[in-house]
Amino acid sequence: MYEEVASSVSVFDRAYDDPVRVLDEDGEVVGDVPDLDDEELVGIYRHMRLARHFDARAVSLQRQGRMGTYPPLSGQEGAQVGSATALAEDDWIVPSYREHGAALVRGLPLKQTLLYWMGHEAGNATPKDVNVFPVAVPIASQVPHATGASWASELRGTDEVFLCYFGDGATSEGDFHEGVNFAGVFDTPTVFFCNNNQWAISVPRERQTRSATLAQKAEAYGIDGVQVDGMDPLAVYSVTEAAVEKARDPETDRPRPTLIEAVQYRFGAHTTADDPTVYRDNDEVERWKRKDPIPRLEAYLRSEGVLDDERVAEIETEVETRVAEAIEAAESEARPKPEEMFEHAYAELPPELERQYEEFAAFRETHGDAAFLEE
Amino acid sequence: MSETQNLTVVQAVRDGLYTEMREDDDVLVLGQDVGKNGGVFRATEGLFDEFGGDRVVDTPLAESGIVGCAVGMAAMGLRPVPEIQFSGFMYPGFDQIVSHMARFRTRSRGRFNLPMTLRAPYGGGIRAPEHHSESKEAFYAHEAGLKVVIPSTPYDAKGLLAASIRDPDPVIFLEPKLIYRAFRDEVPEEPYTVPIGEAATRREGGDVALFTYGAMTRPTLEAAESLAEEGIDCEVVDLRTVSPLDREAIIEAFEKTGRAVVVHEAPKTGGLAAEITAIIQEEALLYQEAPVGRVTGFDVPYPLYALEDYYLPTAARIEEGIREAVEF
Repeated sequence: MYEEVASSVSVFDRAYDDPVRVLDEDGEVVGDVPDLDDEELVGIYRHMRLARHFDARAVSLQRQGRMGTYPPLSGQEGAQVGSATALAEDDWIVPSYREHGAALVRGLPLKQTLLYWMGHEAGNATPKDVNVFPVAVPIASQVPHATGASWASELRGTDEVFLCYFGDGATSEGDFHEGVNFAGVFDTPTVFFCNNNQWAISVPRERQTRSATLAQKAEAYGIDGVQVDGMDPLAVYSVTEAAVEKARDPETDRPRPTLIEAVQYRFGAHTTADDPTVYRDNDEVERWKRKDPIPRLEAYLRSEGVLDDERVAEIETEVETRVAEAIEAAESEARPKPEEMFEHAYAELPPELERQYEEFAAFRETHGDAAFLEE
Repeated sequence: MSETQNLTVVQAVRDGLYTEMREDDDVLVLGQDVGKNGGVFRATEGLFDEFGGDRVVDTPLAESGIVGCAVGMAAMGLRPVPEIQFSGFMYPGFDQIVSHMARFRTRSRGRFNLPMTLRAPYGGGIRAPEHHSESKEAFYAHEAGLKVVIPSTPYDAKGLLAASIRDPDPVIFLEPKLIYRAFRDEVPEEPYTVPIGEAATRREGGDVALFTYGAMTRPTLEAAESLAEEGIDCEVVDLRTVSPLDREAIIEAFEKTGRAVVVHEAPKTGGLAAEITAIIQEEALLYQEAPVGRVTGFDVPYPLYALEDYYLPTAARIEEGIREAVEF
């Protein structure tokens, strides 16, 4: 027990540019494999496959005009699934807008993620028993929320830890600085998880900062910073688990917050609205694809005898079924009722808003939906 | 019979914070210099000693961090009362206010509501440096999902602050610093609330309705008293909440008189006076005897204090506006 704590803490003592690794690109073990049983390991694999397949279908739905603009995550499954898996039941994630993979690990139904990108606000209403904050679109603006929410957990003496996701571009924003700085000052149980996918739309990582790593920014806030191979799900799991445990422990002699830089790559576009071939070389994409987290973990699990063709085929079928069912459910969801716009603005409708609603409802009653909707 | 204390506006704010913190352990104050220093205007004086550093929190100097952390706390069910030291420094936190404070309930279909009250001293007239005198309530009133409250008396300051803190939705609570210590009122020691969204009639009158709020309530009343000597009988309505506006009170006072003047220190264009005028047009056109007058700050950047007396509406300017409305 004590040895385990000691070894997990040592993760934070390495050089900022020395990423934690467990598996190499071929799935060979090059570091300490985390203490997970076979089912937990398969769980990570299954969730990554689910996220990858969901992503491919979502992009395709957008291309077919069945869904609006969508931010793909392909390539980033290892970082999302590995980190979210390291949380305890009562912990929370505070996502940006690309963490569909982390959210599904936390139990957010796929249907909700689809609904959100199909323009239904209800997609963002995470169920009561799912500890996931709503999507935050303005870059880095969710970082202070994670600090404040974890601060609340500290004040109330619960032992919930908050895992906050953001990208490399977000580290240039003021809210990143303010949120992480507050966490350092108040020693909140927060894990700041930077999905450094190399590109903020078309602007490369080097244009965000002259810092050699993003992890080293932790130094300035007096908290721990660590770099991890973000396409190595087991390394991500290990680092996040160590950060979460440290955050949870008020007696730790280290700072409770941690900044994790998970070095990774997005294989696709920033969103379905941009064309990455305009700003980056295909060679670069191909180089990073060799680090794909899914075949890596699969190779390791096969070599350990945990996965075989039959099990992989089962998982493929299961994943395809789950995504197909979610798409069907999302597409058969009725258009939200227009009154929902009004209903949720305040706990109680102010009189003027009630008047606006009544005027709208009366007009709709007289003219029908044809006055609002095309075809 | 409840005991009362004779308090100024800022003391009543402090007392409101004190009673609400005593009533509810989830209420906490955070901001710059709010702890041992007791706030630059003493609005949090003694709270640090009473409730300790976990509930009266001196933060780093970072407005977006203050508002953003309060959003996170409120999402988890605390009732944070962040203070921005002067409303002129709210802009670094503006994204948090409009993108998150205002939208969390809608975005999550009510799973997360934000019971938070963002306090800031606002307005001119105290010979302050640049950026310390503006009145930007219209920005916040324009933002759906927020409520915007501006008290003008010690009694209302305590009661409206309590109502804001207890409200399930986010409130921007702007405190007119010109009248922080201008006069005193009997304020009950016990907790009480003054409802958000209800105006108060400060003076009854049948000739013209004057609508105002915050620090402008006093010169408006002064103008009304002065014109009473000339036989012009003004009704003075203190709006107290600028979002949501008390439409009924506005319409009722206007229908009684058919004439109106709106007074605020914020710039004219796009200000609350325009909204109040529009309400009158929509609801009471046939009662109208004269154009609705607006006596406001000018559409210029707020001047340094050597000129602020020319910028802020005075009783004399308000009287002139009233005469125009009455003599039309």
